[in-house]
Amino acid sequence: MNKLGDLERLLRAGHIDRRQFLAGAAALGVGAAAAGTLAGQALAATPKRGGKLRLGIGHGSTTDSLDPATFENGYMALLNFAINNHIAEINSEGELVPEVAASWEASDDAKTWYFKVRQGVEFHNGKTVDADDIVASVNHHRGADSKSAAKPLLEQVVDIKADGKDTVVVELSGGNADFPFVIGDYHVAILPSKDGKVDAMSGVGTGGYILESFEPGVRASFKRNPNYFKAGAAHFDEVEMLSVTDVAARTNALITGEIDTMDRVDIKTLALMKRNENIKIAETTGTAHYTIPMRTDQGPFDNNHVRMALKHALDREALLQTVLRGHGAVGNDHPISTSNRYHASDLEQRTYDPDKAKFHLKKAGLTELTVPLHAADAAFAGAVDAAVLYREHAADANINIEVVREPNDGYWSNVWMNKPWCMCYWGGRPTEDWMFSTAYAEGASWNDTFWKHERFNKLLVEARAELNEAKRRDMYGEMQLILRDEGGVVVPLFNNYVFAMSKKVQHGTLQGNWDMDGTKCIERWWFA
Amino acid sequence: MVAQRLSLGLLTLFVVSLIIFLGVELLPGDLAEAILGQAATPETVAAFRKELRLDLPAHERYIEWLLGILQGDLGRSLANQREISELIGTRLWNTLFLASMAAVIAVPLSLILGLLAALYRNSFYDRAVNVVTLSSISFPEFFVAYILILFLAVDNQVFPSLSNVSADLSLWERAYRCALPAFTLTLVVVAHMMRMTRAAIINLLASPYIEMANLKGMSRSRIIMHHALPNALSPIINVVVLNLAYLVVGVVVVEVVFVYPGVGQLFVDSVVKRDIPVVQACCLVFAATYILLNLTADILSIVSNPRLLHPR
Repeated sequence: MNKLGDLERLLRAGHIDRRQFLAGAAALGVGAAAAGTLAGQALAATPKRGGKLRLGIGHGSTTDSLDPATFENGYMALLNFAINNHIAEINSEGELVPEVAASWEASDDAKTWYFKVRQGVEFHNGKTVDADDIVASVNHHRGADSKSAAKPLLEQVVDIKADGKDTVVVELSGGNADFPFVIGDYHVAILPSKDGKVDAMSGVGTGGYILESFEPGVRASFKRNPNYFKAGAAHFDEVEMLSVTDVAARTNALITGEIDTMDRVDIKTLALMKRNENIKIAETTGTAHYTIPMRTDQGPFDNNHVRMALKHALDREALLQTVLRGHGAVGNDHPISTSNRYHASDLEQRTYDPDKAKFHLKKAGLTELTVPLHAADAAFAGAVDAAVLYREHAADANINIEVVREPNDGYWSNVWMNKPWCMCYWGGRPTEDWMFSTAYAEGASWNDTFWKHERFNKLLVEARAELNEAKRRDMYGEMQLILRDEGGVVVPLFNNYVFAMSKKVQHGTLQGNWDMDGTKCIERWWFA
Repeated sequence: MVAQRLSLGLLTLFVVSLIIFLGVELLPGDLAEAILGQAATPETVAAFRKELRLDLPAHERYIEWLLGILQGDLGRSLANQREISELIGTRLWNTLFLASMAAVIAVPLSLILGLLAALYRNSFYDRAVNVVTLSSISFPEFFVAYILILFLAVDNQVFPSLSNVSADLSLWERAYRCALPAFTLTLVVVAHMMRMTRAAIINLLASPYIEMANLKGMSRSRIIMHHALPNALSPIINVVVLNLAYLVVGVVVVEVVFVYPGVGQLFVDSVVKRDIPVVQACCLVFAATYILLNLTADILSIVSNPRLLHPR
């Protein structure tokens, strides 16, 4: 069989073609059908150069712009990863690896970070990346005038400067062992700089594809970057991204072969799509989750027993089956998913228990409770249905949830963080610290539960600077426990990313940190 | 007379712009909040507002914009700093192309169907054509569109389900890709025009002069073509123009279903993101389309009616 293995290797490397392989296999006594399957597998598993990938994306708006500071939807995130690189990336094994940086190291207190710039990386305009470009690219998201979504993340940066051509030194206000994750955020694209400023609107980056045309809300087209520094990436010759926000139009386009892949499959029609033999469905579990935050600074949610009663009054399993049709996982009232490094798997799963809910109500000095829950599908598709289901479940625990339907328009400015209780979603964050400091730390601008917990906040600072793996795991475990039993958030579900592609599109292990293979499908996938 | 109508039109445009500006001002949130969404913190919103000059009072922004228009400058999109004239230009051309294509199919079709229906009044044909066109207008546009996609794109791959047009396409290729949305629009507008034609002609058939022609022994088709139709033109032109205006400004749903890059999608996106200059520019274009087409209808009505053309 070793000879056959050699043949396979030759076939994969392209030294022999399929016909020669079949002839060779026949000579070794392998049946034609079996040999054909083997050849197919060998060829499919090997990334092959060529072809034009056409994507139908359920996002994209005519108001999109190329400025990385304004990237907020899935369309721009995909475009971003096609034309830009970042200091670090999460690879298909889920590990953080250097991208435009070659390596990094931290001081012992994790307060000072040194990033080495990868040599010989070129922008699309021919300029070589140096430390000044990285400093300018990061600074684009800092400072008083920045409108970047990454600004709050980079507030911990006290100073960033270039030390020669190939080193960037970052000073933090406190230790952060996960800082490479933070600075690798998708907004912080590495752009060419001039006199310390980046030209954010040019669309010039270092990525595997060069932007050829971009019509916001309609299409973007790319051609392969011949000087791409990464080996074994960017297999397509050309890429075209269409913004197809209507899910039926997207599905039709995939079925009729006008596009090769689509994101955000309608789960309701998934069973019908699976019948089509030219299409395959892919699914990843990431950090994205739905939440129902309560304002703990307002009554009745300032009483932890009330919060516990509400947490017990929801049948998560039923919600998973109806709202997501099983394409997800139940949540445990904290935002750390199973795909996070320090997920506390030993924490007992909270289940539907009206008696416990009644018990907590009694502890809070109540026999029954009436609370309004504000909901709109802006929070997530099916949010209003979920609220209505919640009302049905909670009724058994003498809790009367009044579902208030809000308009999608202005939901994030008028309802979220304003009304005492509403529906919400989070894309999740790659690290525990990032998630907690964004939405659960005292005083954080998106602390949508207005939650203050002394022990939690103390652990947060300590764990951030802790370089010992085991100790960090314990700390983050305890934080998840505190949040589950005392926090102001109900986390009912983690939602899967479900996407579909034509059978001829091939991919390796799919990464679930974001939609569409970590939003890197353009660089990672290939045609069979 | 024409000058008066034109200046009235301009006044209408001005009032429309004012109403739109006030309407958008009344919507909750602004561009900075709309673009940053859940990711908005007070500081980033403030910085964004300052950059976009949204911190200025509303009347100052309105006057600034109006002065720009008078100098032929539509301004830039707040969201991505692109020239609005360039942004609207290609999309308006796309929309006009689709509207013309639908009109080229729909107008002659509905006139012929209407004439024949009047000619063979209460026949099986008359009833059948009424039932079919009324059914197609009674369904929501997206439903008609999906039915067409199902039969002509998915089951039988005759036309593409996405109208993916770009500037470098040949006319023929462009028309091919626009076929399904054009058919959808045709189905949506035919009933209105067809029934108006039929009603106008049937109405006239009861007049004394038609009776006279009948008594003279003229053929039915000659009576309709030579005696009834010229006098029925005025109401028909009005309904045709009204539908043409609809084809230009009312096709948002069709554009969404076929992912057609027209003005409608631009308009909706801009309203959602509170991109006020673009919203205003789109509204001006829409208002101008209506005003211009109404003007055309009036003039054509006058031309087609000798009593109005030569007033005593």
